[in-house]
Amino acid sequence: MKTISGKRSQRQLDQLEPAAGNGLLDRRAFLRGGGAAMAAAMSGYALTAKSEPLKHDPWSLQAGSAVPAYEKRSRFEDKVARTLSNPNNEPRNSHARTPHQQLNGTVTPNGLHFVILHSGVPDIDPDKHRLVIHGLVKQPLEFSLDTLARYPMVSRMGFVECGGNSAPMFSPQPMQASVQALHGLASNAEWTGVLLSTLLEETGIDPKAKWVVAEGADSLGVSRSVPLGKALDDAMIALYQNGERLMPGNGYPMRLLLPGWEGNMNIKYLRRLKLTDQPAMTYYESKIYSQLLPGGKSYQFYFLQEVKSFITHPSFGMAMKGKGYYEISGVAYSGNGRIARVMVSADGGKSWAQAALQEPVLSKAFTRFRAPWRWDGGSAVLQSRAWDEAGNAQPLRAEFVAKRGELPAPAPILAFPNQHYNSITSWAVAANGEVSHVYA
Amino acid sequence: MSTREIVSATAIVLLLVASAACAEGPGLGKRLSAADIAAWDLSILPDGGNLPPGSGTPAQGARIYAQQCIACHGESGKGGISAALIGSKPITTISGAQKTIANFWPYPTTVFDFIRRAMPWQQPKTLTDDEVYALTAYIFALNKLIADDTTMNAETLPQVRMPNRDGFIVRFPDMM
Repeated sequence: MKTISGKRSQRQLDQLEPAAGNGLLDRRAFLRGGGAAMAAAMSGYALTAKSEPLKHDPWSLQAGSAVPAYEKRSRFEDKVARTLSNPNNEPRNSHARTPHQQLNGTVTPNGLHFVILHSGVPDIDPDKHRLVIHGLVKQPLEFSLDTLARYPMVSRMGFVECGGNSAPMFSPQPMQASVQALHGLASNAEWTGVLLSTLLEETGIDPKAKWVVAEGADSLGVSRSVPLGKALDDAMIALYQNGERLMPGNGYPMRLLLPGWEGNMNIKYLRRLKLTDQPAMTYYESKIYSQLLPGGKSYQFYFLQEVKSFITHPSFGMAMKGKGYYEISGVAYSGNGRIARVMVSADGGKSWAQAALQEPVLSKAFTRFRAPWRWDGGSAVLQSRAWDEAGNAQPLRAEFVAKRGELPAPAPILAFPNQHYNSITSWAVAANGEVSHVYA
Repeated sequence: MSTREIVSATAIVLLLVASAACAEGPGLGKRLSAADIAAWDLSILPDGGNLPPGSGTPAQGARIYAQQCIACHGESGKGGISAALIGSKPITTISGAQKTIANFWPYPTTVFDFIRRAMPWQQPKTLTDDEVYALTAYIFALNKLIADDTTMNAETLPQVRMPNRDGFIVRFPDMM
């Protein structure tokens, strides 16, 4: 490949069109410039780095180690890990948050997929696990994992997001915390399994049925009520996560997947589905995930994880290494369908540039957005805002707070004082390159 | 075609589609009777549907509480390493930390359902139905939602009026 001199690339960089204030560049630069201009744009430091004569490193001078049966990532990546709220498994819930700031693309590796469990990870023997469908059906049926393996399967990419993800954003001051701490309870995977509608064809449905009450085999028997319409639309009995069996923290050997809907409803260790004429008003739907509104009323049956985005690069805790060119990137998703558009601002929302969306853009799945940015070394406030194909816009913070309120004082970072935050996140870049969390 | 012919032609098509659908499914589900499912059928509905036979009083519940619950939930339900079961201060902010049974939970059946499926932490699903009724009665009496001598059973429990019963707005009614 042809190398480019600093002089030439600088000329190309100067030709990149500004798309919005404070250095945001036209996303089409990605397409037009092809390799040269954007490669230079994205690796600004390389142009100024002092060159040294190349030499062979030790790994180039001897054979490597044996290939393992199940491969782990490089030992240099050990620090890329979930953060844990309850490492000693005390008698309460446990959260493990996805390190978005250390990932790229859209697929969350299975070992880094977020987890919330309410009484630890059950150790389920897949040969003994059973799924029962009963209630307002014509014929109650029981399915084993072996029998489900013979049913027609489907695969889809899908995000799962805890209803309490981003709860620290209800604090009246911006919590100085990473994107992992703020938004780490959302992840994205390819799920494979049997559509619930396929199994309901076999049980038959009593015309009086309106809800499906789902229950797990965990010690608390976590249970949620799902409208029959969703069950017949795209609900799946998921058996595989990114090609392998579900992880124990994500419901092994089977979970309910309700694409785009509140994480807690995607019942793990699924053992029972009861068709009923009314919701069961379970603990998790009538207490935990019914969130308080200003004025004292509460939303119930929120269901949807609405359109949302956040910037992962750069983000809190990162240090910018000198002015020049950077790629702003992040994830966007909506429980309503595909992401239609993501806008990015570098001046706290005064002006916006359209970000490039990484193909394929899939319904109810993470979409990676990218925007080229020339940092001038001054202060900047980076924001992203997404729209979905149904026309829903991610609310600005002032709009969101006006409707949904703010806490009187900051809550502990691991608490879930309120739910379903989907407004924007703002990262301030200081002249020294440090990135902090601000409200703007 | 006459209307009758169209109707019968449509019926034939539907029959073909239906039989094709049946033929496609593996049909491997094992048939169950209600008796087979009984031990797992824990879901209690807010109208009292599926509440089991049995009963319990607050006084009976207090004795079970002292053995099974007090270590985590504290004396008289005031809370400990686990949540308080009493308290009815008015909710004044959007913080969920204020939620209690008496100021938030909309249905009494949820208390019975959750105790029966999930408690006590170390041995869930081991309480008898009478014990679950008694504990539910004890918690309701502590919260002054019922009198101290009221028996909880499948008839009386769903009639307990929870103060925040009308405090909810369905977010997306079109999806229900």
